[in-house]
Amino acid sequence: MSTGEILLGILVMVLVTYGPRVLPLLLLRRQLQSAYLQAFFAYVPYAVIAAMTVPDIFFAASQPAAAVLGTAAALLLAYRGRSLITVALGGVAVVFLVETVLLYF
Amino acid sequence: MTSTHSEFHKGVLAGLPIALGYFSVSFTFGIFAVRDGFSPLLATLLSLTNLSSAGQFAGVRIMADLGSYAELAVAVLLINLRYLLMSLALASRLDPRLTTPQRLLIGFGVTDEIYAVASQAEVPLGSRFFYGLMSLPVLSWVGGTFLGAALGPVLPSSLASALGIALYCMFIAIIVPPARADRRVLSVVVLAIALNLGFLLLPGLRDLAFGWRITIVTVLAAGCGALLWPKEGAS
Repeated sequence: MSTGEILLGILVMVLVTYGPRVLPLLLLRRQLQSAYLQAFFAYVPYAVIAAMTVPDIFFAASQPAAAVLGTAAALLLAYRGRSLITVALGGVAVVFLVETVLLYF
Repeated sequence: MTSTHSEFHKGVLAGLPIALGYFSVSFTFGIFAVRDGFSPLLATLLSLTNLSSAGQFAGVRIMADLGSYAELAVAVLLINLRYLLMSLALASRLDPRLTTPQRLLIGFGVTDEIYAVASQAEVPLGSRFFYGLMSLPVLSWVGGTFLGAALGPVLPSSLASALGIALYCMFIAIIVPPARADRRVLSVVVLAIALNLGFLLLPGLRDLAFGWRITIVTVLAAGCGALLWPKEGAS
């Protein structure tokens, strides 16, 4: 990718990121009426994030076994309601430990 | 009436935990972006202008895969559509006297976490509080990206490999608690994962570019959820 292509890409991303954020603040003063649309918007982030995470998370480390164990650790921490940073660092720590141990096999 | 100084100060304090959480994620994003062909300056510019984790992550992936600008626009728009809902809810909480330039600046800072804190704050929301609230998270997001992009290539490869999972772990931290609390969210998550795996495995469908696949899977999964369980006052 050239710098120009990346800059154009960033511009495209700014338009579609900033637009949804700022237009309601400038234009709309009332709640969305349709229950279907409200529900759709409410479910979108979960669907997007789930689809971006699985199966890619299993290939996010150099060893698949480390990625699987790191994922398990993150799931357990998140299930217990730990904070974002605890879950992230917990997963990283497990991957680092498992990959270090695997070096000796 | 409280002074403007203390309102800004209150916002800064409320934003501190968000800033701490953002740093580890933006650092990892910086490593990712450089690995996908971005220079540290371009990665930092992307973070400064977008301020969105999932959207930036998808955008970099799509550009690295040499996807079209249409794919980039549609996928990132869909990922960031949730901001529309947050800003709709936020609009009714803002001080009605806020000017257009103030609203333009506040809109820049609407992220999942900043919105969550702002929605718990006293109404009407003033500009000073919101500027304070967004200041440290923005600094942390942009600074973390630059440090990750600059230091990523010189980090030991074992550490860089382990950090590669951080962004995905953050995604897990975002979806697991609500999925645990709400069966409808859990169903949408499971459906999205099943559809995504189906698209990746089925001949013909598996050649679909990353951005289009995520877009189609999301519309199908969230659409099924909305048809099955339209809910009042969802946010």
